[in-house]
Amino acid sequence: MSKTVSEHTVPYVQVLDENGNVTDNELLPNLTDDQLRELMKRMVFTRILDQRAIKLTRQGRLGFYAPVSGQEASMIGSEFATEKEDFVVPGYRDLPQSLYHGYPLYKLFLYSRGHQEGGRVPEDVNVIMPQIIIGAQIVQTAGIALGFKLKGEKHVTITYTGDGGTSQGDFYEGMNFAGAYQAPAVFFVQNNQYAISVPREKQTAAETLAQKAIAAGIPGVQVDGMDILGVYAATKQAVDRARAGEGPTMIEAVTFRYGPHTMSGDDPTRYRTKETEATWEKRDPLVRFRSYLQAKGLWTDEEEQQFIEEAKDTINDALKQADAVEKMTIEGLIDAMFEEPTATLKRQRAEITGEGAN
Amino acid sequence: MAQMTMIQAITHALDLELARDEKVLVFGEDVGNNGGVFRATEGLQKKYGEERVFDTPLAESGIIGLANGLAIQGFRPVPEIQFFGFVFEAFDQIASQIARLRYRSGGRYYAPVTIRSPFGGGVRTPELHSDSLEGLFLQTPGVKVVIPSTPYDAKGLLLSAIRDNDPVIFLEHMRLYRSFRQEVPEEEYTIPLGQANVVREGKDVTIVTYGAMVGVSQKAADAWAKDKGLEAEVIDLRTISPIDIDTITESVKKTGRAIVVQEAQRSAGVGAEVIAQINEHAIYHLEAPVLRVTPPDTVYPFGMIEDEWLPTQHSVVAALNKVMSL
Repeated sequence: MSKTVSEHTVPYVQVLDENGNVTDNELLPNLTDDQLRELMKRMVFTRILDQRAIKLTRQGRLGFYAPVSGQEASMIGSEFATEKEDFVVPGYRDLPQSLYHGYPLYKLFLYSRGHQEGGRVPEDVNVIMPQIIIGAQIVQTAGIALGFKLKGEKHVTITYTGDGGTSQGDFYEGMNFAGAYQAPAVFFVQNNQYAISVPREKQTAAETLAQKAIAAGIPGVQVDGMDILGVYAATKQAVDRARAGEGPTMIEAVTFRYGPHTMSGDDPTRYRTKETEATWEKRDPLVRFRSYLQAKGLWTDEEEQQFIEEAKDTINDALKQADAVEKMTIEGLIDAMFEEPTATLKRQRAEITGEGAN
Repeated sequence: MAQMTMIQAITHALDLELARDEKVLVFGEDVGNNGGVFRATEGLQKKYGEERVFDTPLAESGIIGLANGLAIQGFRPVPEIQFFGFVFEAFDQIASQIARLRYRSGGRYYAPVTIRSPFGGGVRTPELHSDSLEGLFLQTPGVKVVIPSTPYDAKGLLLSAIRDNDPVIFLEHMRLYRSFRQEVPEEEYTIPLGQANVVREGKDVTIVTYGAMVGVSQKAADAWAKDKGLEAEVIDLRTISPIDIDTITESVKKTGRAIVVQEAQRSAGVGAEVIAQINEHAIYHLEAPVLRVTPPDTVYPFGMIEDEWLPTQHSVVAALNKVMSL
C-alpha cells in the first residue's frame, strides 16, 4: 500500500536564450533602461575584476582567491534583486555580491590577504565576511532572517553556497529552521557543476538541487544561471515573497565556473574536458546579455571598452587603498578575542610586548 | 531571601534577564511549553511569549547557528543544548563561528551568546549525555566557560554570562540541579567571570576543583581534617576558561602542595592546564609534584560502573595523603 502525500514540480526559469532572445515574455523583469545597462556594467566589472585578481594572486599580491568568471549572471542578477537594508551572507566565492551590497573593494582585497580589516564592514552595510566552512552560513542565515522578523523589519536575508554546499547537514538545517519559523530568507545555490573536482552527478542522486527544498517544506526553483534576467526574475520573486511574510525560498542557479576552484593549486583539466568548457562558454552570460542590450540599442562596443578602462582604474585605486592599511599585529589579534581581554590574555599580551610580563 | 535548588536559581536568573532586557531570547529543544527536560525554563514561555522563549527544530548546529545570526541582529541569545554530550553536533558553530565572530569581523559583529547545557556524571543517563567535554572549550579561543557549583553561584554567574558581550558556555551539573538548597537573594547580583572562590580555607594542601567535585572535595577535606588533623584549602574555579591563576598561586604559596580534582578524563584537560600554570607561576613554592584525581582516559562509561569510574571522597583523601608523603 502506498499513500500519495504530495506531488511536486521544480519550476525552471529562463528569460533569455543563448542568443539573447526573450523566451518568456511574462517573466521579463520590469527594469528601466538604466537598470539594464547597470546590470551589464556590473557583469563587465566582475569579469575584469576576476581576470585582474587571478593575475594579482599569481604575483603574490593577493592571498586566497576563488575565481568567479562564468557565474556573473548568478551573482549580479541575484544581488540586484535585494535592497540595501537586506542582508547578504556570502560564501568564499561570493565577493561580487558583497561588493555591490556595499562591502568596499579594498576590504575584499584585505580579506584575500588575510587581514583583520577585511572583515570589518562599514556599520551601514549588511554583509558579513565571506564564509569558509561550507554550509555554516546557511544556519546563520536562518538566525539573521528570524532577527528581522522578530524586530518587525520587512527585510530579507540572502545567502549563497555552491552545489557541494547542498550536501552539508547545515544546508538542510538552515532551510528547515527558516521554514519552521517562516523566516524571510533566500537560499541561493550556484550549481557551477563541480565541488572542486567532484561533478554534480557524484554529489547527489537528486535530479535537481532545487528539489532539496521540498523536504524542508519550502519552494525550490531552478533558474538558468547564465541568464541574468532569469536570475533576477527568480530572485526578485523569492525576495518579494519573503518580504511579504510568506517565508523562505531556495533557488538553484545552473551555471559554470570557467576557472579553477581557487587559485591555490586546483587544476580543472584533471576533471573536465575542453568540450564541456566549450559547451558552457556558448552560454556565456555577458555575450547573451550584450546581444539583448545591443538589439535594444542600449549598448555599444565602444562604451564597453570605456567601462573596462574605468574598471581597471577602480581596481588599481582599491589596491592602493589596501596597500596603505597597516599590517595587522599579534596585539590586535589578542585584543579582538573579547570585548575586554581576559586576565590570561592580558598576561600573554604582556609577554609578547615585553610590558610587565610575569 | 529564598531557599532554592540550583535549577530554581537558574530559572530565576533567566526570568530576571528576560524581564530586564528585551533583547534576551531563550530557545532550544523542548524549552518552550515543556519548560526544558529539567524544567530550567519552566513557565518562561507563558510569561514572555513565544517570540522570546521558543522551541527549535531538533538540530544542534541549527540552534547555535541561529544564535549566531540573532547575535548579528543585536539580540542576546541564550540557547540550550539539551545534553552536553550532543555538543559535538554544534562544535563548528561554536568553535569556528560564534567564538570567532568578533575577530573575523574586526569587532563589527560580536556574539553575546550564553550557551546553557546540562552535563556531568553520577545520574545514570544514557551514553553521550553526561560527558565532561569542558576541556575541549578550554582549547577554543574566544569563548568563556563557566561551571557553577552552588545555587547562589549559578544565579550570579548566569547573570554575568548573559550580560557579557562575548560567548559564554554555561555548564550545569545534572547531579547538582536538585541535590541541595541554599539561600539565594531575590534581587539581582552578579559574580564576575574569571574569579575563583576559596570555599574552604586550609594551610596544608590546596585542592583545585570545580562543578560537582567541589562538594566531593569539601567532604574529603573535612574527613581528612578529622582523621589527620591537616587542613586542605578548597578552591572552586567557577570559571574554567579563563582560569583564575592568581587565586591558585596565592593559595599554593601558602600551602606548598596542591592536587587537582576533575570529573573529566585525565589527559590535556582543566587539571593539566592548572598544573601547567602552577608551574609557570608558583613552582618554587611547591614542596611536592601536583597530583591529579581524575577518571582514566576512557570514554565515559555506561551507567553500571559510573560510580566506580568517577572520583570519590575516598580517592581525593588518598591523593591528599600521597601528596603529603612526597
